[in-house]
Amino acid sequence: MSKQQSTDNWPEVRQQAVEQLPGAIVEFIEQCQAEEHPESQLIAVLHQVQNHFGHLGEAQLDAVAQLMRIPHAKVAGVASFYHFFRLNPPGQTTIHICLGTACFVKGAERVAEKFREELGIDFGETTKDGKFSLEASRCLGTCGLAPVIMVDDQVQGPATPDQVPGIIEKLLAKDKRAKNSGS
Amino acid sequence: MSKADTIDRHYRELVETADRELTENRPDGTIEIQVGSATCEHAAGSQTVYDEFKKHIEASDRKDIRLHRTGCTGRCSREPIVSLLIEGERPVKYQKVDSRAVHRIFTSHILRGEPAAEFLLGDPTAETAPVELLFCGGQRCGRKLDFDPEKSFRQALRQAGKSDRDVYILNANCFGLCGRERRGGGAHVLIRPQGLLYKIKSAEDVQRIVRESLVEGKTIKELESDEPVFGRRFFELYGELAFFNRQTRIALRNAGVVDPESLHEYVAYAGFEALAMALRKDNPKWVIEQLTQAKLRGRGGGGFPTAQKWRFGREAEAETKYIVCNADEGDPGAFMDRSMLESDPFSILEGMIIGGFTIGANRGFIYVRAEYPLAIKRLHKAIESCRRHGLLGRSILGSGFDFDIEIRLGAGAFVCGEETALIHSIEGERGQPRIRPPYPTDRGLWGQPTVINNVETFANIPVIVAYGGQWFGRIGSDNSGGTKVFALAGKVEHTGLVEVPMGVALRHIVEEIGGGVPGGKKVKAVQTGGPAGGCIPAKWLDTKVDFDSLTAKGSIMGSGGMIVLDEDSCMVDVAKFFMTFSQDESCGKCTPCREGATRIVEILERITKGRGEAADLDKLERLSRLMKRASLCGLGRAAANPVLSTLREFRSEYKAHVRDKTCPAHACKALIKYEIDPDKCVGCTLCARKCPVSCIDGERRKPHKIDQNRCIKCGRCFEVCRFDAVNRG
Repeated sequence: MSKQQSTDNWPEVRQQAVEQLPGAIVEFIEQCQAEEHPESQLIAVLHQVQNHFGHLGEAQLDAVAQLMRIPHAKVAGVASFYHFFRLNPPGQTTIHICLGTACFVKGAERVAEKFREELGIDFGETTKDGKFSLEASRCLGTCGLAPVIMVDDQVQGPATPDQVPGIIEKLLAKDKRAKNSGS
Repeated sequence: MSKADTIDRHYRELVETADRELTENRPDGTIEIQVGSATCEHAAGSQTVYDEFKKHIEASDRKDIRLHRTGCTGRCSREPIVSLLIEGERPVKYQKVDSRAVHRIFTSHILRGEPAAEFLLGDPTAETAPVELLFCGGQRCGRKLDFDPEKSFRQALRQAGKSDRDVYILNANCFGLCGRERRGGGAHVLIRPQGLLYKIKSAEDVQRIVRESLVEGKTIKELESDEPVFGRRFFELYGELAFFNRQTRIALRNAGVVDPESLHEYVAYAGFEALAMALRKDNPKWVIEQLTQAKLRGRGGGGFPTAQKWRFGREAEAETKYIVCNADEGDPGAFMDRSMLESDPFSILEGMIIGGFTIGANRGFIYVRAEYPLAIKRLHKAIESCRRHGLLGRSILGSGFDFDIEIRLGAGAFVCGEETALIHSIEGERGQPRIRPPYPTDRGLWGQPTVINNVETFANIPVIVAYGGQWFGRIGSDNSGGTKVFALAGKVEHTGLVEVPMGVALRHIVEEIGGGVPGGKKVKAVQTGGPAGGCIPAKWLDTKVDFDSLTAKGSIMGSGGMIVLDEDSCMVDVAKFFMTFSQDESCGKCTPCREGATRIVEILERITKGRGEAADLDKLERLSRLMKRASLCGLGRAAANPVLSTLREFRSEYKAHVRDKTCPAHACKALIKYEIDPDKCVGCTLCARKCPVSCIDGERRKPHKIDQNRCIKCGRCFEVCRFDAVNRG
């Protein structure tokens, strides 16, 4: 029998984790390990992961936990605590409807209802074809333009329920054009 | 060389570099096009406008036109705003500028000297003149004069043969300059476009100004005010508009004036002067003394005296201390902090460095919402330029004091605005609050003493240090010095950022600056303080706006959200909106908040659906009081405020919902019914065509009828009817 089999499986675990994440993020995590309070960068790391993948998948959360040496339960706890992080993949286009006070007073609820009706989905859901996600948003801070919607990262306002079908049509047309020019 | 001399030398070098850079960029006679650039400006299309101007300038091959990017002036509903500055002329501002407008402005105004009238910002019928006199409206300005400066000016102008068309007189709000020396020693008048600021002490001075300055065009050196110049450039640029000239700009002194990405411009407007001063004095106690005299109270909403907090931080014994800027602006309807971060990030950094020096911290953190990408980008850039110019890092300005700042992102949790939750979030944990004490000034980040202040508090620090706490303390009310920035929104004509001295009447903000409710409707209430605040009914519009007066009326100052509600807003619905928000944002750690908010939302839901019971109002009150007393943190303790304040002030509306099953404001869908008055209906078919669910039947030219079973109560018919035939009840 050999002397003592090493039980340290860290190299394998690390390798599996590294495969799940882009190189830049792995590098960032390893840089943090060298500094004071590396665990405090967890939220920053999750931001980067979401930026890259569009959402936080189970495999990525696990990889982050391993590389940052933070229990998976805590990583999952943080990811699910903050509204900004999403655990499911979003649609191609995300429509945020601001439900801040100013927008509420100026009729955001009616705009939201029209979107729900037109897309047939509720807040936090994605259409079956994966084209649209609908999100209720905390104040976007552009209250002067209330009611405001944000299509991906483009803020628009003031929005009215009547504009809703037009906005969706335009997005679909854009999508079609992109596909046509692509093929 | 002594330390003070080293600091002076470093600071002088900084100023000289800035001056050099700026004069090289801006030779005499340059026409400057100023384009606003902040999140809301971008949303309104200011980037396209910027690019379009750039193209026009390149195409015209004019070397004397300079494109200048500034932050946001806070005139939200009219954005994008473009200002045209031509030397010796009044600055001209354009509103809602798009590519078409750019072309018109360029060809007409810049090339031919004729302003493009259709895009002008402001009242087109308002009187204008080549020269304007702006009187400071501060309570103390001119109080001790034995003559009325405005009257004397009018008289002197008449004698000199000048009419309203030559010189126009405007009354502004307090410039915020009032006397470092004697109270009310003189009256201030600003002459635009020359930008001369005179201090008048006698009727003789008035005569001289008219004779020498206005007629002969000279500058009278000995009458020029030696008071601080903060806000002066702002009045020079924007002084003629009521929305702006009724404000006092201190925290927003540079918003809409400087390029937020240029350290040099910040330095040119007295930037880092305060830092150099504090480092040169090398006496943290002196800084704290200034804050005490300034009566500065925390602008995040709590209103805790900043001097006291910094003293605790200073006195705490520890090797490592931290200073944190709370930029987790989560209140719905509030965007003051975002605007400050985007329009003048350097002033916040300067405030933080002074703070770090005062309490003895070498590291600072800015905790900012991830939802503010532009603010984050500008902060990063500002921190980088500060490091490059020796304003962050090792031995700042050669003083031997080391300090650096790091940005940490939030991730969309409202509760993280609470300081102990914020600390957990910076540490990478779930943002849940803990019981205080120990307060963060004893045990904060990683157990070390930590001072946490809001963005606006930091923005005020450099001004206080540079011009003295006494000066700052004189602006504002007895217990609270300085100004407060509000984000005015909701049912009001002019929405935007408003900065006024503490203690002005609510009416001043809503009516004089905000222009009242559009469409001739009446103000019903003003909601202040966000989800933790309350509603102040219209009968109390004369309430002074400061920490104590608002609390006395059952609301709070909060961080500065101010939403105007008119007759169409249902107060029960408003309370439900805020409770839903707080319930959603409750972190779930303590039971009173987690369960209390949930039950309150359920009851409010029931009431607005018309299923309320007589006992509900008492239950609401009891639950709200319980939440207030028993919750762990400020979020839970304040969450029921909107319910309590509306219950107290608008109980009749609750009763109407519960007892009569009606909504007096016609906002709660379940309680309204649309009917067509057959006598008034002419059968134009408009409502039938517009109805989204086609539930209106009727032949042409005959009265129509709404099928109540299918009606979704969207109110479309009510809005479109031109004959007033649709009744809502």
